[in-house]
Amino acid sequence: MNKLSVVISLLILLFHQSNAQQQASYFTDSTHQLAEVVVAVQQKATNKKIKVLSSLDNYLENNNAINMVKRGAYAWEALINGMASERSVITIDGMRIYSACTDKMDPVTSYVEITNLSKAVIHSGQAGGANGSTIGGGIDLIRTKIDTNKLGVNASIFTGFESTNQQKIIGTSMQYAEKKFYTLLDFTYRNAQNYKAGNNIEIPFSQFTKYNLSATAGWKINHQKQIIASVIYDDARNVGYPALPMDVAFAKAFIGSVQYEYHNSKSTLYHWETKLYFNSVTHLMDDTKRPNVPVHMDMPGWANTAGFYSKLEGKMNNHNFLINLNAHYNTSLAEMTMYSKNSNEKDMFMLTWPGVHTIFGKLFVEDKIDLNKNWSANISAGLSINNNTIKNELGLTSLQIFYPNLLASKTRLLKNIAGKINYRKNQWQQSFGVGFGERAPSISEGYGFYLFNSFDRYDYIGNPTLKNEKSLEINSSTSYNTKILSIHFQADYFRIFNYIIGMPNHNFIPMTIGANGVKVYQQLPYVNIFNLSFSSTYRITNSIQIAGKMVYRKGNYESLNLPQIQPISYGSTIRYQHKNFIAECTVEGALKHTNFSPTFGETGTDDYTILNLSASKQIKIFNQTVQIKTGFENLFDRYYSTFADWNKIPRNGRNFFINVVYNF
Amino acid sequence: MNVLKLFSVIAVITLFISCKKENTIIPNDTDGLISAKSISNATHNIIFYTQNGKFQQGYNKIFFQIKNLDGSLVTNATANWKPLMHMTSMQHACPYSSVSKSANSNSLYEGFIVFQMAGNSTEYWDLTIEYTIDNTTYTATERIDVEAVTKKNVLSFKGSDNVSYVLAMVAPSNPKVATNDMEAMLFKKETMMSYPVVNNYTIKIDPRMTSMGNHGSPNNVDLKQTSLNGSYFGKLSLTMTGYWKINLQLENESGTILKGEPVTATQESSSIFFEIEF
Repeated sequence: MNKLSVVISLLILLFHQSNAQQQASYFTDSTHQLAEVVVAVQQKATNKKIKVLSSLDNYLENNNAINMVKRGAYAWEALINGMASERSVITIDGMRIYSACTDKMDPVTSYVEITNLSKAVIHSGQAGGANGSTIGGGIDLIRTKIDTNKLGVNASIFTGFESTNQQKIIGTSMQYAEKKFYTLLDFTYRNAQNYKAGNNIEIPFSQFTKYNLSATAGWKINHQKQIIASVIYDDARNVGYPALPMDVAFAKAFIGSVQYEYHNSKSTLYHWETKLYFNSVTHLMDDTKRPNVPVHMDMPGWANTAGFYSKLEGKMNNHNFLINLNAHYNTSLAEMTMYSKNSNEKDMFMLTWPGVHTIFGKLFVEDKIDLNKNWSANISAGLSINNNTIKNELGLTSLQIFYPNLLASKTRLLKNIAGKINYRKNQWQQSFGVGFGERAPSISEGYGFYLFNSFDRYDYIGNPTLKNEKSLEINSSTSYNTKILSIHFQADYFRIFNYIIGMPNHNFIPMTIGANGVKVYQQLPYVNIFNLSFSSTYRITNSIQIAGKMVYRKGNYESLNLPQIQPISYGSTIRYQHKNFIAECTVEGALKHTNFSPTFGETGTDDYTILNLSASKQIKIFNQTVQIKTGFENLFDRYYSTFADWNKIPRNGRNFFINVVYNF
Repeated sequence: MNVLKLFSVIAVITLFISCKKENTIIPNDTDGLISAKSISNATHNIIFYTQNGKFQQGYNKIFFQIKNLDGSLVTNATANWKPLMHMTSMQHACPYSSVSKSANSNSLYEGFIVFQMAGNSTEYWDLTIEYTIDNTTYTATERIDVEAVTKKNVLSFKGSDNVSYVLAMVAPSNPKVATNDMEAMLFKKETMMSYPVVNNYTIKIDPRMTSMGNHGSPNNVDLKQTSLNGSYFGKLSLTMTGYWKINLQLENESGTILKGEPVTATQESSSIFFEIEF
């Protein structure tokens, strides 16, 4: 009882994680808010981002909390706070989507085009736990909402070109609004050939083609209530993954939802939003275009998810609270068929994800309390139930080879709680938070069957007996903001218990030809992950600003370094702005990656520095606007790769780009 | 919920009624079996059945019925059988069991025969059956076709102890991606006509997928006997469908390997192995 009261008083004292953290883009306005928000506004006069048609991957990478693991030219995996995607929750408009690829070729972030993104809400640590259980944090990709003040038809067409991979981008965005009804349609097409790394070296199997259609229709019942229906259809074809031994023949996603929204700013419960959703992802890996493949194989995967959330926001006295009840049901199945060179032999078939059904339900509550003029606090807590059941008989008997006593079904209870306290006075803002959270193993970690990891070249076997991974986190930030100068300093420390990671088991023989061995997911007693970031902007004159940032991470278990931990990285920008003309020069780089993890196949990367130049101009012709944005990335054509590049595939060489957006 | 309850009650009653009805009908003893051969003499027809309607190289579980010439079934016979291979230069038998009455059957008799080789146009098997009904003994002999199989399921070899062995795989007959129960029978050639069971040996197994870099599978259990003169039982893990080579080593009771080699980086296969493809 005593312990409990200590815990409770601690929680009241200490507060919730995250916040007005690092600003992703150097020039976004720093506002006091729960999450860090990366504003990605396009086709608008207010837009300050130079390359409007860059990929979402490039966009997210600018955030200090995020690294993108690159396996090809497209569909990168977001790491939050130095942690892989199993440890974070990535949603689109609050919807849970499970990837269908056992090799992480189809992250959730690949299903939203930057042209229909309004913002990416990035929560660090337990603050990201509203839509699921997380350790590292969460990203909610919020799509563009219609501007209902503009009645009638508003449209834009856009096109772009990138020289490094002959990428052609073309698309349109159209909205139509009446008093009661509105609709928004957005279409983007991208087609790219192999890209060229520095020194004009072509990277084979890095081509891709992608179509993305996003449509929303809303009906206003009255000024407080509305119903919104929405679909995304994303179709990627012939996507090369130069860092992997296989490519993707196609990846298709259908994401649909219906939402009911109630809004009344005068009421205590001022916002209530309920959404039903369904999504279906199909993914086919193949290697038919690769030369010298010892055994050809097909690896299709399917992930279907249905769910709902109901989110209630209210305000009472100095409390501003949120209650989020959500649940989803997912089925994940992945197959592997290998074709023997001896055509008389039967095909070799196995299930790499054994038809796992997941039922997840969560209740999440959060309260922001304004204690007085200077002090405020955030508290959040959540409780979830996670059940995994292997429904496929073949899948179950396959895993029982490794775990003879394995039962088909496993239920876990997951808890999270966090608190944060903020102090604000004049230009200074400080925060300090603590949090605790748990997560269940991912499908691959729990149930994967001979999943080949081309990085350390081990076959991975899932482990259904894993305990929940638990994280204890402490975070602190300091910022100083004036019109001239803004500085932000952020530190996060995670102590993760029962840390899930693959460890070699020498008793097992690898299946994949040429593999080094078999790793089985095991748990380290604890690991430490430490993140430090600093960013600042300084306005020299009204038209000239400079900005800088630096990020450092460390992840280890005793003397064992964790993989994919960013070395010291930096960036600096000088910007000139005059009316509708902007010019920017950016330097980006990283120091040599010395704290790499040989155990997990890393060999370290060299230091690098690259220089980017860009300019944009907006021209007004009557009521219509044309934005032209152009520039060079990696101007000196440096050949380099970062710590996050899978198998060290090099990044783009010199790239000339031009983006044109025409609004009418 | 009520609907569900009602439904279950109806289902149970229906099942009960249908079970009762079934008891009044004489079950067909040969359900699930296919006739493989019929041998006749002056007084009886003897009809042989197997799972697939064939006699094949390897272990064969064989059933038969004895019919009077009027078609009625004989239910009170005792029988034994004798398979014999007629080669161009010699004759020999093979490992086989005695014949017993099938459990829960009035008319069906069963046993097994391990044909260690297939027949062909010049070298063939015949089967002699000798049975006694009411103290009268009858015999019948006829040539049978024993088909070759494409995947090795029976081996004849000489061990380092200079003894000739016959090793036959009994199970899995329907392999799955799973840990399969594996069963094999081991005999030694005492004479050309006598193949007794060998006791207390160990049959070591190492399944490999030759088309996928000769990779193996985990948690296999070597085969050992559970009863004297009985089969050898173990566990065989097959992690995917396709062609598997089950490399074998025969170890005697004192731990000496009599035949077969361990699979290593340089030794791709043992000299004795079974094959499974599914």
